[in-house]
Amino acid sequence: MAGVAVSTTINGDAVEYLCQPDETLLEVLRDRLGLTGAKEGCGTGDCGACSVIVDGRLVCSCLVLGAEAEGRKVETIEGMAHGDQLHPLQQKFLEHAALQCGICTPGFLIAAKDLLEKNPSPTEEEIRFGLAGNLCRCTGYDKIVRAVQDAAEVMKGA
Amino acid sequence: MNFDPRYSGRNFSSVGTRPIRPDGIDKVTGRARYGADFNMAGQLVGRILRSPHAHAVIKKIDTSKAEKLAGVKAVITAKDLPDLTDGDAAMYDILDNSMARTKALYDGHAVAAVAAIDARIARQALKLIEVDYEVLPHITDVDEAAQHHAPLINDQIFTEGLEEKPAKPSNVTKRTQFGHGDVHKGFAQADFIVERSFKTEQTHQGYIEPHACVASVNPDGTADLWVCTQGHFVYRQHCAQLLGLEASKLRVTSSEIGGGFGGKTHVWAEPVALALSRKAGRPVKLVMTRDEVFRASGPTSATSIDVKIGARKDGTITAAEATLRYSCGPYAGSWAEIGAMTAFACYNLENVKTVGYEVLVNRPKTAAYRAPSAPMAAFAVESAVDELAHELGMNAVDFRIKNAAQEGTRASYGPVYGPIGIGPTLEAVKNHPHMKAPLKANQGRGMACGFWFNFGGQTCTDLNIGMDGSVSLAVGTVDVGGSRASLSLVAAEELGIDYSQVKAIVADTSSLGYNDMTDGSRGTFSSSMATISAARNAIKILRDRAAQMWDIPVDDVVWEKGHAIAKGEKYGNLSPLSLKDIAAKSGTTGGPIAGHSELVADGAGVSFATHICDIEVDPETGATRVIRYTVVQDAGKAVHPTYVEGQYQGGAAQGIGWALNEEYIYGKDGRLQNAGFLDYRIPVCSDLPMIDTQILEIPNPNHPYGVRGVGETSIVPPLAAIANAVSNAVGVRMTHIPMSPPRILAALDAEREG
Repeated sequence: MAGVAVSTTINGDAVEYLCQPDETLLEVLRDRLGLTGAKEGCGTGDCGACSVIVDGRLVCSCLVLGAEAEGRKVETIEGMAHGDQLHPLQQKFLEHAALQCGICTPGFLIAAKDLLEKNPSPTEEEIRFGLAGNLCRCTGYDKIVRAVQDAAEVMKGA
Repeated sequence: MNFDPRYSGRNFSSVGTRPIRPDGIDKVTGRARYGADFNMAGQLVGRILRSPHAHAVIKKIDTSKAEKLAGVKAVITAKDLPDLTDGDAAMYDILDNSMARTKALYDGHAVAAVAAIDARIARQALKLIEVDYEVLPHITDVDEAAQHHAPLINDQIFTEGLEEKPAKPSNVTKRTQFGHGDVHKGFAQADFIVERSFKTEQTHQGYIEPHACVASVNPDGTADLWVCTQGHFVYRQHCAQLLGLEASKLRVTSSEIGGGFGGKTHVWAEPVALALSRKAGRPVKLVMTRDEVFRASGPTSATSIDVKIGARKDGTITAAEATLRYSCGPYAGSWAEIGAMTAFACYNLENVKTVGYEVLVNRPKTAAYRAPSAPMAAFAVESAVDELAHELGMNAVDFRIKNAAQEGTRASYGPVYGPIGIGPTLEAVKNHPHMKAPLKANQGRGMACGFWFNFGGQTCTDLNIGMDGSVSLAVGTVDVGGSRASLSLVAAEELGIDYSQVKAIVADTSSLGYNDMTDGSRGTFSSSMATISAARNAIKILRDRAAQMWDIPVDDVVWEKGHAIAKGEKYGNLSPLSLKDIAAKSGTTGGPIAGHSELVADGAGVSFATHICDIEVDPETGATRVIRYTVVQDAGKAVHPTYVEGQYQGGAAQGIGWALNEEYIYGKDGRLQNAGFLDYRIPVCSDLPMIDTQILEIPNPNHPYGVRGVGETSIVPPLAAIANAVSNAVGVRMTHIPMSPPRILAALDAEREG
């Protein structure tokens, strides 16, 4: 099977790759580009562990084809911190212990970043519904919601 | 000097604080490496072919077409995993579960596997494997399977634990009994008796990370296994035995683990990955799909439980009895036995009897799930306790306080309790503002208690002090929820240094002695005990080195707040030496400084919790909403309180899912119908409120800092607390978990029809 040549931007860097027509963006990120921060929890778009942002839109990368990234801008967890400066969400997740096993954390951080960019002052209910596409089995979500609330405050003050 | 594990009251400096975990940055930046995030040179992709039938004889497997497909490097069946278990029935079951030998015993049972150069070819190869099945009658319901006429899953099994060996084989593998006193006499003394039957459906641990490993077997018999597991030492033993490898030549490295909750205490596909690697002569990565995780790993038991409790008018329970039937999947287990032990553990009972029956069904092998077997027993017992309190006209909390176990109580499962937390958690709940908050229409409040044993077990830990004075702590218990932070705190506490000077890691099986797995809430309990012991051994050496530096007798050197201090007036001119000072000179005073510890952590203190919840029920649809939830639990000593809270909240959330939504749904064909997160719905963020926690600290006398395990107990009360809340909201006793909308509506309809 011939590969598809793709030129895209990932975390601000120009990237080119060949992928199969049926290969998902998640497979490309993990297996071809070594960006293993996005996780496969289900492969069916139910758990959100593979969340990335494509052209400003939050998506499950397991439901997007690698070929669809052509000409787009992809943001993954690996691009969330600026150098050694953690994003406020990353810092607040640490401070609030909003992760236990941490497998869902990259997806939650990406989804929360997307949420706060669209709604800088969400209510608790808006946070809960905004993150309802991401499954966490460890925390009961309490500390995740608090971390996002705290990060929103910090980001408003910035 | 032997290590003294007894509790001694002390003022803590590090323990009880809430620093950021040492593995935190890797986890928020995507750098942490989980099971599927590791690769080896020349690695192949492994895939497993699974039975579509619930019960079938495997007559023939033809792998020839798959073997001929370009890019396929190995195809294996059970023939490639010969039976080396030497009469060990439990290991044989693990082997058979890894790869079916003569019969497929459930939908999803592995029958063959391939290793190929990529996933696409591996998937194609699976389609080319031809399996000739003879489909047999199957059974998936726990009550039906226990009947005499049910299809037999294993005709070699005769019920154990009966007075006489039965003449016929049965799906009931074992009967166990616990208790004391005379329940007949006790029921005769009762003024009120409640007797009810309950059912709970099968649930999955639902860890977000599917099982994943990379196996590499070399021609010289050495091998490496990278795997997400709760116990890499146990995985090493099991895999080595099943593959015929020497354990010392198989190095197992535990990856970061994306949730386990008991489900990653059992080997599943790891022996298959090793067998594929051995046959192909190349490393093999094997990652389960979510569908495979549901169909072929980890669910808990489905249960059917009868409870009878009697009490006098004054509220004293006179007798309590329960019969518990737990499904085990197709292999013998001890799940009902654990349920029978835990069922009445919260209470001080004169007459108590519990009987457990282990039942085989054509479902995946039952695996541990957080306080395994206890939540279902607690659901049945705590529902009946609530109903009895209601009949007596007593407040549900007061009734429990009156009958609660205390220090000196003989537990229903045998031992006599030391200092325990059931009474204090009940008193805390009684006085909690949550209990006094007003309820609106269609809302109900419920509360319930829960118990878990907690385990200790074999533990080995190394503490190495670098020449810069930093401390590396190598532990052998996998970190499932922040234990590297809590163990670093313990090392800092015992050495008297700052938390930032310590870094804990989880060592592989070749770097440290044997450790039992992270189960039974033992990770922080047992590894902290071993860490304290290792630190005390290191302090002995630090004192000795300081004595050398000062040229004074070591007996004159004491260790206080991270410093060696020369005791006595004659040493007035000697300034204390810090750990850093001593470490800096270690090269000239005898070499590296380290503390080692190997021990069996006995005396894990039992754990109790009491939960409160408010539920709103829509009487039109049967839909439920959790309005408020409070967890009160004894931690012994909370080493890192934030992660203790996290355990309380996480267990409660899993219990909420179990109580209201989650269940395995099998069709008449014996196939699992909801093997995905869309149809097996675990709670999402918008389903839950904040989960309030209250940590009580009743020191465990068998741990230097008083620590008890905290991980599991929090999943024990929710099923019952929520059932009591729903029952109070709708005025009908709920007896079947999960209380999904159709089940609540059916209960309401049944009540209306009388």
